[in-house]
Amino acid sequence: MSADTATRPAAPRPRPPALRRLTLTELTLFLRERAGVIWGIGLPMALLIVFGNVPGFRKPVSPAVPQVSVLDSYVPVLLAFVLAMIALNVLPPVLAGYREKGVLRRLSATPVGAVRVLAAQLIVDAGMIAVTMIALLVVARFAFSVAFPRQPTEFALAVVLAGLALLSLGLLLASVLPTSRGANAAGAILFFPMMFFAGLWLPVAAMPAALRHVSQATPLGAAVQAMTDAWQGHWHPLHLLILAGYALAFAVAAARLFRWE
Amino acid sequence: MTTAIEVQGLTKQYAGSTVVRDVSFMVERGEIFGIIGPNGAGKTTTVECIEGLRKPDAGHIRVLGLNPARDRGELRERLGVQLQDAELPARLQVGEALRLYSSFYAAPADWRALMEMLGLTGKQKTHFGKLSGGQRQRLSIALALVGQPEVVVLDELTTGLDPQARRDTWTLIEGVRDRGTTVVLVTHFMAEAERLCDRIAVFDSGRIVALDTPAALAAGADASQRIMFRPDRPLDETELLALPEVRGVQRRGGQVTVTCAGAMLNAVTTLLARHGIVAGQLRVDQASLEDAFIALTGPHHDEKTTRAQEKSDVR
Repeated sequence: MSADTATRPAAPRPRPPALRRLTLTELTLFLRERAGVIWGIGLPMALLIVFGNVPGFRKPVSPAVPQVSVLDSYVPVLLAFVLAMIALNVLPPVLAGYREKGVLRRLSATPVGAVRVLAAQLIVDAGMIAVTMIALLVVARFAFSVAFPRQPTEFALAVVLAGLALLSLGLLLASVLPTSRGANAAGAILFFPMMFFAGLWLPVAAMPAALRHVSQATPLGAAVQAMTDAWQGHWHPLHLLILAGYALAFAVAAARLFRWE
Repeated sequence: MTTAIEVQGLTKQYAGSTVVRDVSFMVERGEIFGIIGPNGAGKTTTVECIEGLRKPDAGHIRVLGLNPARDRGELRERLGVQLQDAELPARLQVGEALRLYSSFYAAPADWRALMEMLGLTGKQKTHFGKLSGGQRQRLSIALALVGQPEVVVLDELTTGLDPQARRDTWTLIEGVRDRGTTVVLVTHFMAEAERLCDRIAVFDSGRIVALDTPAALAAGADASQRIMFRPDRPLDETELLALPEVRGVQRRGGQVTVTCAGAMLNAVTTLLARHGIVAGQLRVDQASLEDAFIALTGPHHDEKTTRAQEKSDVR
């Protein structure tokens, strides 16, 4: 046994393959779970294809801007849909479930610890969101002639800030809700009003002024506005600031409230 | 170095109530050390402090010379654990779980060999959520061993297993010890402690109330014997009671039970023979570890719950 002890490295450190293997495992579980694939990836893509084939969606969204079709104005809403579905309906139940079932506690007793499974889950969720958004943009561009955003940098910034805000909100839900079931319910309850203010059922442009102001103050409403601005070549730092504020607030709250067991 | 674990004066409180108070013990390298006690006796809290999952409020712990609170990184590399009620993601396959956990360690065991050893090879592609209780338990043992630990802590090792699976697990743990791994076993199943452990610490209300080999614990708690038989003719109880060390005689139906303070079988059978009485269905009950446990963990503890629990575990 003493020889065994002698051959061990003096200060073993978690090896890089551990995070890679954890991330691959989380990806496998994401795909196997199917809910995220169906609702977070399949549904927005199906909506894009359906809307793209409805003649009414090719008309201008309003006579004032004849070059922007209804479909053009809907693509940012679908992008927000992907974000909200994965950040609010996939992330919270998975992480709350990991804590509830002792998965995190078990990982805490290994050399890699439990933080890395959180990281792996966030990497997978962010990666799935990014891949789906790019797929939506590409299909919209080449199948339905929706132009790419005119200000790609501002657009990317809006997406990144919106992603940070929503994933932090998802983490916050996972922090305060003790069970997977509770996190699932809370995510679903938040999803619908937030998507309403993002303009899923009623385009923000068609909302009464009061509602439009409320919309702009919500995370997804601000996200859709920021993406739309960048798409059409405008620049309104207000929406980006709102998103950054939400991202910071949710991230700080989640970090303070998160419990490992 | 012959000491694997050293615990001195360990104290832990939760919300004002002390769950572990002034607990001290040493675990030698290569032994199977048992921790038994009723529910809520502080067993799990104690091993969680050893594992570095909880910080003691007072006391001194060394595991392989390391401080679990400070040297967590190195300790986790050398200490394997099986936790009570720790699950895996429901859709994770057995093989994937073993491969994942083996990637966490610097010098992991061959996870395929481990899977074979625990009889899980046929379940490699089975999701964790679809495993039976026994299969889950075997997988959690495999995960505890996948880092080739020098010390392994197993909490409620065989809870939920059927008797055959339980025996197979015992054989497995003996094999682990024979390869030089120190084993700490938390259990409330007496037969398990009696069969596996070199030494046992009996916990009650956050303290160690006894620490010895299973045989010494059983002998020390109560040296009394019970002799039961069915006499073929009526016998005079007063003559039995007159024997030294006989404490009592009970008659139920045709059966007589004689309780003695020491080993009195010879004296009782001689007396019966003198009267020409034949003792049918003669049986002698010796104090067991379970009797010792009940005696040690005392009258304030409801022995019925412990026994009922064990019965339900056997099922």
